Amino acid sequence: MSGSDVGSRDLPEGPPRASPPLPPALDEPTVRATSVRPGRRERLAGALQRNVSLGLLVLVALAATLAFPDFASRANLSNVAIQNALLALVAVGMTFVIISGGIDLSVGSVFALGGVLAGLGSAWGPVVALLLPLLVGLAIGAFQGLLIGRARMAPFIVTLAGLLFARGAALAISDQLPMPIQGEAARMVGQSGVAGLAYPVFIALAVVGSGAVVLNRTRYGQSLFAIGGSEEAARLMGLTVWRSKLIAYATTGALSALAGALLASRLGSGLPTAAQGMELNAIAAVVIGGTLLTGGAGTMSGTLAGVLLLGIIQNLINQVGNLGSYTQQVVSGAFLLVVVVVQRYLTREQRL
Amino acid sequence: MADTSVVSRGHRSGVSDWLRERGVYVALALVLALNLAVTSNFASTGSIVLQLIEVVPILLVALGLSLVIGTEGIDLSVGSVMAIAAGVLPLYLGYGAVPAILITLAVGALVGLLNGTLVALVGIQPIVATLGVLVGGRGLAQVIAGGQQQRISDDTIRALGSLRLAGVLPVSVLIAFSAVLVISWVTRRTTFGRHVVAVGGNRRASRFSGLPVRRTLLGVYVLSAVLAALAGILATARLGASDTPNVGQLIELSGITAVVVGGTPLSGGRVRILGTVAGALLMQLLNATFIMNNLPYTYAQMIQAVIILVAIYAQRPGVSS
Repeated sequence: MSGSDVGSRDLPEGPPRASPPLPPALDEPTVRATSVRPGRRERLAGALQRNVSLGLLVLVALAATLAFPDFASRANLSNVAIQNALLALVAVGMTFVIISGGIDLSVGSVFALGGVLAGLGSAWGPVVALLLPLLVGLAIGAFQGLLIGRARMAPFIVTLAGLLFARGAALAISDQLPMPIQGEAARMVGQSGVAGLAYPVFIALAVVGSGAVVLNRTRYGQSLFAIGGSEEAARLMGLTVWRSKLIAYATTGALSALAGALLASRLGSGLPTAAQGMELNAIAAVVIGGTLLTGGAGTMSGTLAGVLLLGIIQNLINQVGNLGSYTQQVVSGAFLLVVVVVQRYLTREQRL
Repeated sequence: MADTSVVSRGHRSGVSDWLRERGVYVALALVLALNLAVTSNFASTGSIVLQLIEVVPILLVALGLSLVIGTEGIDLSVGSVMAIAAGVLPLYLGYGAVPAILITLAVGALVGLLNGTLVALVGIQPIVATLGVLVGGRGLAQVIAGGQQQRISDDTIRALGSLRLAGVLPVSVLIAFSAVLVISWVTRRTTFGRHVVAVGGNRRASRFSGLPVRRTLLGVYVLSAVLAALAGILATARLGASDTPNVGQLIELSGITAVVVGGTPLSGGRVRILGTVAGALLMQLLNATFIMNNLPYTYAQMIQAVIILVAIYAQRPGVSS
């Protein structure tokens, strides 16, 4: 950065504006300790960092519509929606966890376990088929959260163990075979829908919406930002840090298992090998959506944009044909790295 | 053996300290004794050597990871680097085995350089930087290999997988053993090894003391990737085919487990090479115990998870304030 830039940040440009009243805490999730008003360049970087995924999403969607006539067709769009609804469910929980400064690697395995348990529970009817995975996912997440929050073990390694355990449990319960979903009603949930969109899409939208409200409009959401910003400060402020963390991981576990149950319902059976590597896609979507992996900042709309961006890219690669699924991996990986590097420079711009 | 620590950790009760330091050896001895007692045909040279062959890729990957974790980092890309190595190796076999191996190792180093640059120069968290390479790397390997298995007919490469010195000791095990010696020497006797623990112990202090923090970080990620590439070459040699979709799948998890169970804390500042070796052997023996007794592998996975948790719980930093 050149010297003139530094100067422009120290001295606000243009005529002095009346300093605005202190914003209410709700509108400013990022905890900032700076006493100096942010300069123009800094604010621009901040706005970019928060909205870059949304802007990219609009651009990519526009380009896709122009380049591929089939892209904007009703059938294709509803296809994109259902394919990404389940990832969106998982990503909502992951957003909570990452904002609190943690990470959850177990989501893919819990997803698979959820599908298998849905098959197991469907013998007792559709309600059990949905409740059993939800409760077990909640329990696994809560236990991980307890170890992370109470015993202060590293999230990375606790959820790594969770990844192994849940996958092992899914394979053991199902005897390594697909678990069929019994009963028409239990399969209806995933397979039918209204207005051309399957029910899971509506469930995902409802969860993303509630997630956004919880994050921005509740004490709990604010406590996550505080913990991710500075855990020690949050503790000194009197927040029950371990309880907030426990809730975040429990939510992620429950949502992942629910998503797995919905996929099982859609496919007609729960696959114990489903969703290998889903944790990476979920983390990628959240990070691309502008949530900082260091915690303390992020938005639910960004996460939704991140999920859709990855989904549309995948959809486009499928439409081009002859490119294998591995090309999509290369693109996803490269995309993730580019976004993270850009994010890194934008936050540096804000904080230096 | 290779136990280097810059900071003396706070003291707690003697028993838990002792367990934390020696737990992995105790566990290894227990599993070994259990197998000798229960598993039929375990106490034969053939089966012991087989275990050693099987542990080679995990061990090589875990060696690199010990250094990375010692700097308070993590490298999730090792499995994908193995896949890239498996994809690159057959391309250059036309020039002969040795140039092909050297080129493959160099490609590994290049990937490590990318990881290291992202972590050390750009300042991205190691988890995300190497996650990107994990996702993209295997895809790249498949693009290189054209998405299919390729048989390897080169004699030298195949010998690397099957030749046994004196009819007993496999070459691959010998290579892994040399790697252990080299890395152990690096951590204990070289300035670079000292820098690794210093950077992991306190990065700010290291920078203020004028240590080459960035170069050290670059170094560990390059080393980790080169060792992973070596693991990929040996795995390919053993299989006699380049299997880019499957080689090294999930090995980052086994590797990290071996390192952590072996007593290297995820918080960095400490590297225990001998512990890592014991950790890798422990994980391998646990799997073998289940397989050789015809128990489902899935339970091995679940028990592995419990072992990780117990090991980390024993190692967790003393609760402060």
